[in-house]
Amino acid sequence: MRKRNRDEVGKGEGTSQGRATTGKTAEKNISLTVNGKLHELMVAKDVNPWHTLAYTLRETLGYTGTKIACDHGSCGACTVLMDGEAVLSCMTLTVECDGKNITTIEGLENAKTRELHPLQQAFVDNTAFQCGFCTPGIIMSAKALLDKNPSPTEEEIKQELAGHYCRCISHYEVIKGVMTAAGKGR
Amino acid sequence: MRTEYRHLGKATPRKDARAIVTGEAEFIDDVKLPRMLYGKVLRSPYPHANIKNIDTSKAEKLPGVKAVLTYKTVPQWKWGEPRHEPVLDSKVRFVGDAVALVAAETGEMAEEALELIEVEYEQLPAVYDVEEAIKPGAPQLYTQFPGNVIPPDPPKSVPKLLQRVVMGDVEKGFEEADFIAEGSCAYENFANPLPPEPPGVIATWEGPEQLTIFTASQSAAMNRNFAQPAMGLPDIRVIGTQCGGSYGSKNANLRPVTFAAALAKATGRPVHIYYTKEEHFNAYSLRLGSRIHIKAGIKKDGTVTAVSGEWLVNAGSYTESGKYQIAVGLGETQILLRCPNWNLQTKLVCTNRSPSGIIRGFGGQELESAWVPILSIAMEKAALDPVEFFKKNYVKAGDGYYWRDGNWWVYRGVDYSKAMQKGAEAFGWKDKWKGWLKPTAINGTKRIGVGVGVHGNADVGEDESEAWVKLSPDGRAIVHACVSESGLGQRSSLCKMAAEVLNLPLDRVNIAPPDTHVNPYEFGLVGSRGTYTVGSAVIQAAEDAKRKLFELAAPVLSAKPEDLETKDGKIHVKGKEEEAIPWRRAMGVMRTCTGQGRFETDFSLANFMMTFTEVEVDVETGKTELLRVVAATDCGQIIDPLVLEGQLHGSLGSAGIDTALFEETVLDKNTGHVLNGNMMDYKWRTFVDLPEFQNVILETPIPSHRFKAIGVGEIATAPGPSAVLMAVSNAIGKRIMDYPVTPDRILKALGKI
Repeated sequence: MRKRNRDEVGKGEGTSQGRATTGKTAEKNISLTVNGKLHELMVAKDVNPWHTLAYTLRETLGYTGTKIACDHGSCGACTVLMDGEAVLSCMTLTVECDGKNITTIEGLENAKTRELHPLQQAFVDNTAFQCGFCTPGIIMSAKALLDKNPSPTEEEIKQELAGHYCRCISHYEVIKGVMTAAGKGR
Repeated sequence: MRTEYRHLGKATPRKDARAIVTGEAEFIDDVKLPRMLYGKVLRSPYPHANIKNIDTSKAEKLPGVKAVLTYKTVPQWKWGEPRHEPVLDSKVRFVGDAVALVAAETGEMAEEALELIEVEYEQLPAVYDVEEAIKPGAPQLYTQFPGNVIPPDPPKSVPKLLQRVVMGDVEKGFEEADFIAEGSCAYENFANPLPPEPPGVIATWEGPEQLTIFTASQSAAMNRNFAQPAMGLPDIRVIGTQCGGSYGSKNANLRPVTFAAALAKATGRPVHIYYTKEEHFNAYSLRLGSRIHIKAGIKKDGTVTAVSGEWLVNAGSYTESGKYQIAVGLGETQILLRCPNWNLQTKLVCTNRSPSGIIRGFGGQELESAWVPILSIAMEKAALDPVEFFKKNYVKAGDGYYWRDGNWWVYRGVDYSKAMQKGAEAFGWKDKWKGWLKPTAINGTKRIGVGVGVHGNADVGEDESEAWVKLSPDGRAIVHACVSESGLGQRSSLCKMAAEVLNLPLDRVNIAPPDTHVNPYEFGLVGSRGTYTVGSAVIQAAEDAKRKLFELAAPVLSAKPEDLETKDGKIHVKGKEEEAIPWRRAMGVMRTCTGQGRFETDFSLANFMMTFTEVEVDVETGKTELLRVVAATDCGQIIDPLVLEGQLHGSLGSAGIDTALFEETVLDKNTGHVLNGNMMDYKWRTFVDLPEFQNVILETPIPSHRFKAIGVGEIATAPGPSAVLMAVSNAIGKRIMDYPVTPDRILKALGKI
């Protein structure tokens, strides 16, 4: 209820962040498809050149399921899929994302039935999280892995997730969760 | 012997599982309030300086800036124990200390304003080492703490606080000893618990005496308990958000809270403060530093005859709870060690390091990690197997200890020797242990070694909790206990306990949000207390609610209340389940049945954790690898097996076992700056570095509450560091006395550099 509504983009305060926007006119649109929904963002109005994809997703578009922890590409919390590849959204500038197809954690469940993606269900069933802050990023990387390699070995899962910081140490349960999801043919 | 329950002991999905895996879980940075401003903090580049002059005029003129506060304009709130930390001061005491606060329409505007604040500092000499700080002529941090020593007086709120252990006759004890070990050791690498989510808070004043705080705390209610007296007793409503990891560090750390509250007061608008990861590393609280000079006497059979020494505790520049951590540490060392003769003194010392705060392990991990390596020398002299030594000396029913309240408590819990034995068997200790400073195996340049550590805490029964359980006519129950969720699964576990008492399906029991204004008193989720203390209050409340329900149902069923039973939201006379009536028939539809429960402090039970570690050290390169961990405990009754397993795995991270292997906050002692304050340079364990990890969990009924359970999560980290030091020493055949065991230290011990 307190969260910013995803449909409010471009309507009111909070969308043009920062100092360099005053007096400038919008020059270019960035088309960003997020979880199947097209967003037209105006540069210098909705997006400034220094805005990261993580910032745009969270602050401008309201996809707050994507988490920012280190904001320096070291912890993996902000991982999203860009055209199917796992990327660090805190290290990606939004102005470089024109025409890209983004999937965030909010885009995994079945939009109509609200049925969880098998990976999400496997994380629930294995309690593959503790505090849950790093979970969206880990699930997105795991999804990228399973999309390419539906039956990974434990070692391949570890390699794929090596860049993800999980301080509670849910690693063991995460590996089980990904294996469970993989076992179900993803 | 073990009771089979409907819910307890079975793996059930966490209540918040769906929210977590879909990204819907609401963390502090996901909360946006209307008209919310963004607060930022100007931080000191110097470790110790007076602020000679501060000019905020340019910053104030920047468009979008709503308030700029300095030590001259902030409210005169003070916190810490004793109260020594103002919101802002005319003096800075560490690199990263707060100098000024800004609130603006956006975070970027606030950051730009920080750059426009002009500060003239008078630099002062700084001191970082605990023993340098107490020398005559050392730089003084506080006029009220001469010699940089914080006086050991108890806080005003409690009559006594344990600040030393003195009993028996140590001289006589040393005379009776067959062996005496004496030495110094330090656990002062100031590792960062480093939750992934940085600290954050939103403050908004609803009226001059009415403050609302949204916080990422692991113990939302504690913020009200601690902030009220610090801020002149306004009404403070605290609402907990999902907590993205804490490990003790996000309890009631009032630094960001007072920053946000001061800015909110000045602007009349909600203010959001969310630390960057750099601030989290460089300007937030860390674990206490711990250094010990100690002497221990033991007999050939492992009986400890005397302990005498001094524990020097580095509080850094400010301390949230240093005295309490000393008190708990001193109590915990008596749980670990039965000994009739003690003279263990302490000093809590200020230095120009990062502030210290509540961190998992809370004094005990700090004391034990420095003290067990010296105790190991005594065990070596007596040629004792440490597992056998710990079995003999760990607290048993009828033994006593001075707990943190300064009172003598007699332990009435179970004997944990069985859990130690089961853990040792699972680890293969008997085969792997070859004696002190002897490797388990040698493979070329690689040496295998094993070590063990132990820990226990009587704070499982600390402080008070209240709970209500509210039954509604639709056959559902709501638990009211002001409990946050920081990863422990406690909110779900409390629902399971209530569902068990009420014999309801788990999906019919929910818990109210962590909000001080919709729940009764709660201290917080600390010291593994949730299972016993909050659990007791919830169980009592559920039983009370059920009793009231049966009183209403008795006339309807023409039976006595004591002859009634309930299942799945229906009531029946025992043995006549087919004649059950729904709750609403007993209650009517315009009523709830609310039961109350309350728990009061009990330090007569302690939990237990033993950690076995196996390491491989390359004597050519000095690199240490953790191969295997066995964590052994006895929790009485498992509430949720997957949640518990996760808590025990957590012993690696969050300033636990890895603080012995590679974690440390590296300080440049010339400038006072942290050199590795980012997630690249600060080392942490990744998915490809996982050791083999086995949990051995016993369920011997513990006389706590109806379900005979006790919490163990908090202490999971504590025995690890000393176990690793022991394992590495055994692997290389040389005693290592420093944390962490970097390649440099290994090679130095081996005489190779």
